[in-house]
Parts: sequence; structure tokens; C-alpha cells
Amino acid sequence: MKNNIKSGEIFIWFTGMGLAVSLIMISGLLLLILLNGKDYFWPFQLNEIRLNDGRKVLGEVVKEELIPIHNLPDSLKNKGLKRTQLKIGNRDIYGFDFQWIDERNIESINYPSDAVRIERTEFGNFYGFIKELQIDDKIIKPDNPDFFDKVKQSVDKISSYRNEIKKIEKSDIGEVNYNIEKLRLEIKKIEYKHKKNEKSQKLIADLERSIETENEKYDALKHKVDSIREKANSYSIYCEDISGRPKTISLLNVIRFYKPNEMNFSDKIGFMFTKIIEFIFDEPRESNTEGGVFPAIFGTVMMVLIMSLFTVPFGVLAALYLREYAKQGTLVRLVRIAVNNLAGVPSIVFGVFGLGFFIYFIGGTIDNIFYPERLPSPTWGTGGILWASLTLSLLTMPVVIVATEEALTQIPRGMREAALALGATKWQVTRRIIIPAAMPGILTGLILAMARAAGEVAPLMITGVVKLAPTLPFDSYFPFFHLDRKFMHLGFHIYDVGFQSPNIEAALPMVFTTTLLLIIIVVLLNITAMIIRARLRKKYKTSAF
Amino acid sequence: MELVNKDIVEKQIGNSEKSSKLKVKVKDLDFYYSDVLALEKISMNIPSNQVTALIGPSGCGKSTFLRTLNRMNDLIDGVRVEGEIIIDGKDIYKSGIDVVELRKKVGMIFQKSNPFPKSIYENVAFGLRIGGLGNKSKSELDEIVELSLKQAALWDEVKDRLEESALGLSGGQQQRLCIARALAIKPEILLMDEPASALDPISTAKIEELIHELRKNYTIVIVTHNLQQAARVSNYTAFFYLGRLIEFDKTSKIFTNPSNKQTEDYITGRFG
Repeated sequence: MKNNIKSGEIFIWFTGMGLAVSLIMISGLLLLILLNGKDYFWPFQLNEIRLNDGRKVLGEVVKEELIPIHNLPDSLKNKGLKRTQLKIGNRDIYGFDFQWIDERNIESINYPSDAVRIERTEFGNFYGFIKELQIDDKIIKPDNPDFFDKVKQSVDKISSYRNEIKKIEKSDIGEVNYNIEKLRLEIKKIEYKHKKNEKSQKLIADLERSIETENEKYDALKHKVDSIREKANSYSIYCEDISGRPKTISLLNVIRFYKPNEMNFSDKIGFMFTKIIEFIFDEPRESNTEGGVFPAIFGTVMMVLIMSLFTVPFGVLAALYLREYAKQGTLVRLVRIAVNNLAGVPSIVFGVFGLGFFIYFIGGTIDNIFYPERLPSPTWGTGGILWASLTLSLLTMPVVIVATEEALTQIPRGMREAALALGATKWQVTRRIIIPAAMPGILTGLILAMARAAGEVAPLMITGVVKLAPTLPFDSYFPFFHLDRKFMHLGFHIYDVGFQSPNIEAALPMVFTTTLLLIIIVVLLNITAMIIRARLRKKYKTSAF
Repeated sequence: MELVNKDIVEKQIGNSEKSSKLKVKVKDLDFYYSDVLALEKISMNIPSNQVTALIGPSGCGKSTFLRTLNRMNDLIDGVRVEGEIIIDGKDIYKSGIDVVELRKKVGMIFQKSNPFPKSIYENVAFGLRIGGLGNKSKSELDEIVELSLKQAALWDEVKDRLEESALGLSGGQQQRLCIARALAIKPEILLMDEPASALDPISTAKIEELIHELRKNYTIVIVTHNLQQAARVSNYTAFFYLGRLIEFDKTSKIFTNPSNKQTEDYITGRFG
């Protein structure tokens, strides 16, 4: 034993244990997220459970667990009795989505092949049976041999109507609204800037006429949408739940339907991929608990990129000054300690600073100077992606500074001397030798900064993140990047869906999937930076000699 | 004693071939690292187009002296210089001297070869690029790079891989690349700080041969620990000891008939 301590072998064991513990914790977390997240995409079987009292329920098994002992009479304790949580859907009929079923109450379970799960645009899923397809006044019954094909065709057809409506609402009506808003602001500007005189009155009258034309356009589009909607509304399905309660659903509200009990494994895999694609590329539905998270992905990535755009140049400049130009002494040491400690300030403090400085002070000043006619409604003086990114770049700046400084100290003295001896000025040495050689270290800083920024939520909540942003911060209207817009963010999405949504239980898988997605995005961003860094390292590896 | 030496040198130089004009005049140079006096009352005259070797035991100040000649010591905090170093009639420590211009004129080769992590071509072209290419075209740049590499006797070894990283070269090649890099900006004086101390005998021989060649066009000051090397490559030798210049004379004289006892002891290996 004594020898072991002396030779240090025992400490090797400790180091190994340290590594093992961290690995287990990380992989455990990932595994948990992965296992819970995949449920969101998988079409589980629909169980029809007949209970002892004659009631029947239909739904998918969400989880099974032992009944807590204190809920049981003494005689049944330690028997290992289980209960099952069933997602029964049909929120509009039952008022809740889930039901616990005690093992003791189950009489029989079977899997009816014609049980369907219908994903709707509102009230969550419907579980039950399709009894009729109604097109106008025509009624098609399930005894028709290709009944389900017909339903499917109708659903696809109405889906295309729905997409059309969405397209008109988003782009055409969106454009009209954009124009009207622009004209309205122009009128306000004229009213604000000029005294009331004939000329300004005339200008305003012109603009108002333009608004009229826009409004006419809007009415025309509205009419078009209404007619499509009316056409679509003539398609509906009549369904019954497991106990025969009727429900008529307009096909306009049906996203898709399927019979999970009839699907084989490859069908299920295929279905999973459609769901994954929907998740990544679609917009959220039903207060974010269904549908996709594309706006949040977009917001997160854009925010991280804007943040990098600010944090890297400024961080590198600060580090260069500290290490290369400043006279090393007590003051510089104090600054360095302060910078290091800045990394430990709670992020919400940065958020509050961002709110006070960027939004109220800078944004408010911009509004006062450039957009006084729009006040009191703020343009820049409210949360937006630019302010959130700036706040985060402030938050991640210490990481970049420390990493860059570290890289600068690693550059061999000989390299600087060689360049100086060739008649280079200090700036030329910095620009042509030091910065390229420090690049891998700078990228390490960027990687750490991006990881931190992408996962940060608290400061964003007060600097521009919203639950649901109507538009992306990037679109086809000049100047394309709308940095004053509010945006969605995956981290906030997780918080919002997981803790603020009205139907948390139903949204839980979504929370895990979103977490997984956020991790994947951070990893992807980091891998990109790592590849660049590896290339640079190869190029700038210091002399072996 | 220094004065005596100076007289001797001036006399010798006056008598020798007329190419041996004075290039560098050092007068009463004191050098301090903070409060430590590292060089004391150095006075010597370095002749043009000759190789001058600086020898002496470790810590005697020969490297420090070398680095005062292109003001590389400026990079160290708290150094102080007194006295004069006159190169081509200008005191390089006078205010108003452009250090960048000085260093272009006085090139330096370091003990540890220090190529930049760039291609071989870019290493040689570096000095030209930072100096501003002026109206030099790409072909002129190519020409200078080739000429410099040829002068450094490296051209034949690297002409097919100019775009490859300089870090892939061997130690000896890297050192010759550094010499080529220094030559590319056409300096007048070359300072070499133990340029071969980390190299194998074959590479050392190549470097020595090179020094021999370069003497025709450049004034060379070389610091070396290797007495044989000093004897082989230099025309003049200065012996430093404890921050003082003990003796400065023709190499042949120093190695055969030194006028100072300490020099003789050092050369014959009795200390050092």
C-alpha cells in the first residue's frame, strides 16, 4: 500500500475514476434524452383496454410503473402491482389527454386494426374510428372497399388547400400588411415632421389613397382565402371514439391520420422520418406543443452567428492589446483577473445589463433620433435578435479573451524576433505572424463561446426571445436581415414547452426532442469550428526543430 | 587596453586591402539589464566585408553585444544603453532613428532556426512583402526569392517544393532558409548568433561554407562557442569576458599569438 502511494499508482486510479464518472454522467444524460425524445416520432400501437366495470379505453401506452405502496391496502403491498399511463387524446371530448389504468382493473387488451390516430390542428390527437367520409352531401361508408384510400386522398387534397391558404396568408397578405404598415409610418412621419400645410396634406391624402388600394387588395385576398376555406370545409369525417361518442372533424383540421395497429416495422420507420422532417422544417402548432421547431432552430443559429461576429473580433482585439501592446504590470494583471471573473457573473445579470444598456439606452436613443414618429411604440427600443446577440457576445467575451491570450503566450519568441529582425513593424508582426499562429487558439475560444451562447436562456428572456415569433428575422423584404425583430430560440422553447405550456404532459416528448436537437446543433457548430481549427493547426504547427 | 586594440585594428585596417573599410564603430558602449551591467565600455570597429567572430565563455555578453547592433534588445523591458554605435556614420541609438530601417540593413540569424509556419517561398518573400512590394512584379519577386535561396545554397534542394511548408525542412535546411530570408531584403550587415550550434557536422560545414561565400558581399558578425569554427570562418576575432572586450585582432593573431593572457588561457582551453 505504501509503495502504491509512493509510485503514484493509486492516483492513476483516481484520475481514471474521475474520467469515468464524467463520462457516465454525460452519456447517461444523452441516453435519457435520446430514449425519451424518440417517443415523439414513433407511432405506438393503440391499445383497446376493456376494464372490469365494462368501460373501454383506447390509447397508446406512455409509461408503466409500480403502484406507489402508500396507495395500496396492506394486503396488496409488495405484490409488485403495476399501473399504466395511457394517452387517450380526444381533449375536446374528455377534457384531458392521459389516464392511469390500474393493472387490477384490466379485463382484456386487444389491438383493433381499424383504430386510427388523427393528428389535428387543434385539440391534439383524436383516437377512435372513422365511420363516414362526407364530401358535400355525399357520404362514403367504411364498407366501401377503398374507403381509407378515399379518406387519404381527401386529406391530401385538403392539405394542399391548407398550404395554399397558409401561403396566401403568409406571403401575399403579409406583403399587403407590410406595405400598409410602411405607408402608415410614412404618414406618421409626415405628420410629425411637417406643419400642417397644403403640401403635407396632399402627401398624406396620396398615401391614404395608397392604403385604400392596399386594403382593397387585402379584401380580395381575404375573399380568396375564404372561398378556399369554404371549399375545404365541405370535406369532413364523422368519427366515433371507443365508447361510440360521435365527433365530426372538418378535414381542414386534419394534418394526417394513420392506423398504427396495421403498420409494419418499415411503415413505422418511414412514418418516423416524415415526423422528423416535419419537426425540423415546420412551424409549431398548438402553442408549440405540436408541429416543428424551424423558427427556433433558425433563431438559435442566427443568434449564435451574430454573436460570433461581435465576440470574436472584439475579444481578439482585447487579448492582443492585453498581451502584445499593454505594458505588463499590476494594472494589466488586475484587468486580466477582472476579465476572468466576468465569466463567472450569472448570465441573468448580463441579461439585465443588456436590457438596460442595449435596449433602453442605445435602442431608445436610436428610436428618439431616427424613428420619433413611431413612438411610443418602439422600433429598436425593445428586445430583438441584435440586442440578444450583443448581450450574449458580452457574456462570452471573457472566454474568447482568455483563450486568445493563452494562444498568444504559446507563440515562440523566436518567431516574433525573426519577423522583427526582417524589419517588420510591430503591427506587421501581429497581423502576419501572431494572429495566424494564434488562430487555432482563437477558434477554441469561439467553440467554447458558441457552446455557451447556444445553451443560454436566462439573458435572452429579457432581451428579445418570444414564445412564438410571427416572422423570421430574415425574409425577402429589404434589408433582408431584420435585426430588430424578436425571435424564437430552442433553449427558450424547451423552457416554454416544458414548464409554461397548458398541456405539459402531452408536450413532454417534444421537450426531450428539442433538447436533443439543441445539443445536435451545438455539436454541429462546434465540429465545423473544430475542422477549421484542425486545418489551421496543421498549417501553423510550430517548428518541430 | 581597448584603446590599444582599437589603434591596432585601425592601423591594420589602414594597412590591409582597401576593401576593408570600417562598417560599424562602437564607442564606449555600456549595456544594462535593469541595474545589472552586462557590457562595459566596449569599443571596437568592425571592418566591412569581413567576418568578425565574437568568442568567449557563456554569459560573457557576446550575444548581448550582437543584439545591440540591430537593437533587438529593445524588446526586453528595462534595458539601457550608453555610448555610441555608429553604422555608416549614423549613431543607431540616437533618437529619430527608424528601427525598422535599421533592421532591414542589419539582418540577423538566430541560434534556433525560426522559419515562419508558411511555405518556403513565402518565408523568403516575407521581408519583401512587409517592406511593401513597391512596384515589384510577381516575376521580380520570384527572381529575388530564387537568388536568395541560391545565395543560401538551398535552391537545389527546395526548388521543386517552394509551396510546401517550411516546417517540413530539416534543421540545417531551415537554418539556411532563415539565411535566405535575411538575404532577400538585401541587408548590408548579417548578425549570426551561434547559427550552427544546433546542427549536425555536415549541416555545420554547409553553413560555414556559406559564410565564406557571403563574406564577399556582406559584413558578417558571428557569435560562436566553437573556437575551431571561429578560426575557420573569421577574419577578425573578438574575445569577450565578463562583459568586457578583452582582445580584438586578426583571427590569425588571436589564435597563434594572443597579446592577452586571458585570451590565451581561453583559447588553449584552460578555462571557459
